[in-house]
Amino acid sequence: MENERTHIISALVLHKPGVLQRVAGLFTRRGFNIESITVGTSEQEGIARMTIIAKGDGKILEQITKQLNKIIDVIKVRDLEPEKTVKRELCLIKVHTPTEKIRSEVIQYANIFRGRIIDVSPETLTIEITGASDKIDALIDLVKTFGIKEIARTGPTAMSRGIKTI
Amino acid sequence: MRGGEALIKSLKDQEVDVVFGYPGGVLLPLYDVIYDSDMRHILVRHEQCAAHAADGYARASGKVGVCIGTSGPGATNLVTGIATAYMDSSPIVAIAGQVATGLIGNDAFQEVDTIGMTMPITKHNFQPMNSQEIPEIIKTAFYIAGTGRPGPVVVDLPKDVQEQELDMDKEVRIDLPGYKPTRKGHPLQIKRAANLIANSKKPVILAGGGVILSGSSEELIKLAGIIDAPVVTSLLGKGSFPEDHPFSLGMLGMHGTKTSNYMVDECDCLIAVGCRFSDRTTGNVAEFAKNAKIIHIDIDPAEIGKNVEVDIPIVGDAKITLSSLIKALNQNNTSGNTDEWMKYVQNFKRSSSPRTSFNDVPLKPQQVIKEIMNATDEETIVTTDVGLNQMWMAHYFKVKHPRTFLSSGGLGTMGFGFPAAMGAKVAKPETDVVAICGDGGFLMVSQDLATIKEYDIPVVICILDNRYLGMVAQWQKLFYEKRLSHTHLGEVPDFVKLAEAFGVSAYRVEKPGEVQETLKNAINSGEPTLIDITIDPEEILPMVPPGCGLTEMVGEYKIEIESADGVPYYREAEERAGD
Repeated sequence: MENERTHIISALVLHKPGVLQRVAGLFTRRGFNIESITVGTSEQEGIARMTIIAKGDGKILEQITKQLNKIIDVIKVRDLEPEKTVKRELCLIKVHTPTEKIRSEVIQYANIFRGRIIDVSPETLTIEITGASDKIDALIDLVKTFGIKEIARTGPTAMSRGIKTI
Repeated sequence: MRGGEALIKSLKDQEVDVVFGYPGGVLLPLYDVIYDSDMRHILVRHEQCAAHAADGYARASGKVGVCIGTSGPGATNLVTGIATAYMDSSPIVAIAGQVATGLIGNDAFQEVDTIGMTMPITKHNFQPMNSQEIPEIIKTAFYIAGTGRPGPVVVDLPKDVQEQELDMDKEVRIDLPGYKPTRKGHPLQIKRAANLIANSKKPVILAGGGVILSGSSEELIKLAGIIDAPVVTSLLGKGSFPEDHPFSLGMLGMHGTKTSNYMVDECDCLIAVGCRFSDRTTGNVAEFAKNAKIIHIDIDPAEIGKNVEVDIPIVGDAKITLSSLIKALNQNNTSGNTDEWMKYVQNFKRSSSPRTSFNDVPLKPQQVIKEIMNATDEETIVTTDVGLNQMWMAHYFKVKHPRTFLSSGGLGTMGFGFPAAMGAKVAKPETDVVAICGDGGFLMVSQDLATIKEYDIPVVICILDNRYLGMVAQWQKLFYEKRLSHTHLGEVPDFVKLAEAFGVSAYRVEKPGEVQETLKNAINSGEPTLIDITIDPEEILPMVPPGCGLTEMVGEYKIEIESADGVPYYREAEERAGD
């Protein structure tokens, strides 16, 4: 039996009310472990793409994909191979920056991580950063010492490298 | 045309000839249409019975059954019946009323989130938000319910949508990019399966409800004949293979026959068709068919490898796949391979057939079921409730044809038997229908005696009356030190008087021979009848305790052996079965 690992599941679904509930409900009901789920429009009108990050061994993953496929509003499901997949996450971090010194330090960190400052107030800076989840984790770790007011993460979205599509 | 009329017209387009329903506030527009319509509507006395009746109708006929309930409590009452149909892959379309679109989400009077509530217990559900969607939704609902692995579909119909005008001339299409059931098994897998079968010495076929749903009994019988293999079934598989056939070993599992449980344990090749390896069928999965390579044919890919690891999975419709498998096998020479095995199986079967004749008073359930078998013919449709009555029927009642044994397997819904029989009788008015119930389960749905009386639906209800919640009491006796917590059901009601209050003829039966006679008369009377049969409350059925392998049966297994001169004599098994 294959060991438990994190899987990136990409699914094309009909873009209509209730689809997210059907998918999320399935995970709860069957006891599957879900880490994140992102949904948005796809290249085709009326069809949305879901990226699900889930944990499990080979048998569980097989059940997840088969059960997802049984949902009438789900059109296609694929478990993306991690090494042949690009995966990105967006994160907004509001950092407490009461002094000029802290502010410039935070800006420097943001630059190193190719983040952008998208909002400034006398007390705070808000960083926008995109990338792999571990890169975002690293930046969060760095700025934590200054005091993080708020974090909003999207969870990863992903697609296969090269010409391959699902 | 308005939404309500469009709904009825769409149902007729699907060749629906009857609906089981119960009106309510938000369904007033629809019921106003039904008032003028020639659509047959049967007013049940509880929505759960509408759903079970639609289910019974579907199981007996193979057509999609339809039930209707109002919003809120109507819909929640339908839920048990919908979940029952879902677990047993029975095709029904349940129409639930909903509050007007403008009120949805406001916690309006009798509002409940029917869509959210039924998502995990339906194949799919719909909520038309304008009447123009109705024709397409109904057509699609029937298509989804009746194809692939069948199952229930819910249509949640807001009140105002029933009243809106729509254009009925628009083309109605089914557009389901995400729904394409695989019907034809993969040829390479079929070839591999044929090779495995041809090389096996001790094959067993396990037939499930999928054989009945796909109408492939003929193919199954042919397959068993070609490879010379015994056939065991799951509960829902009863009827897929004639149980008077010498190859039939009866039901497998927790309450299965000793022969089935032992032969599956010993076989070297298990050919499972249209079954889902439920825990009640397999016992401890680690011990299940541990000497066998397993071939699993099922139309639902998610069932393959879910509970039991299989060696050769084949996704496809049982009928099509079995035909291909038979063709592939004809090219392999299999004759003679299994002669020794078949001899062994037949000997085992003969020496472990359960005893069925008893003269005791109170009546032994085995004797009661024997008499029921004598009073009915092989076309008779029997339904069961859930519990000991069901397992006694599964164990002792020999079913010969598909769609003549209807029982709630997966969900195990007490109260299923009677309303399902009602639905079956409506589907097959020319066929005798007998409901075998326990006293507990029947009381859960007894109000529908009114329905069979008012509509003159002549089903015969046999209550195996032991005044106990028998199955639960059995577990308490075996596993909880005989502490019978809340399983004695007391001395009331008097079922004969209860039935008579509804104008239904009723009889009480207490002695051997009376069941057969009373039931025969009841069937011949052509009237709805209830027979209250007092049975021995101490009688239990040998079983495989949960978590054990199939050969670890407990309980006394009484054996019937035919002596050389053909006169049966009985031997109480001295040791406990399985030792």
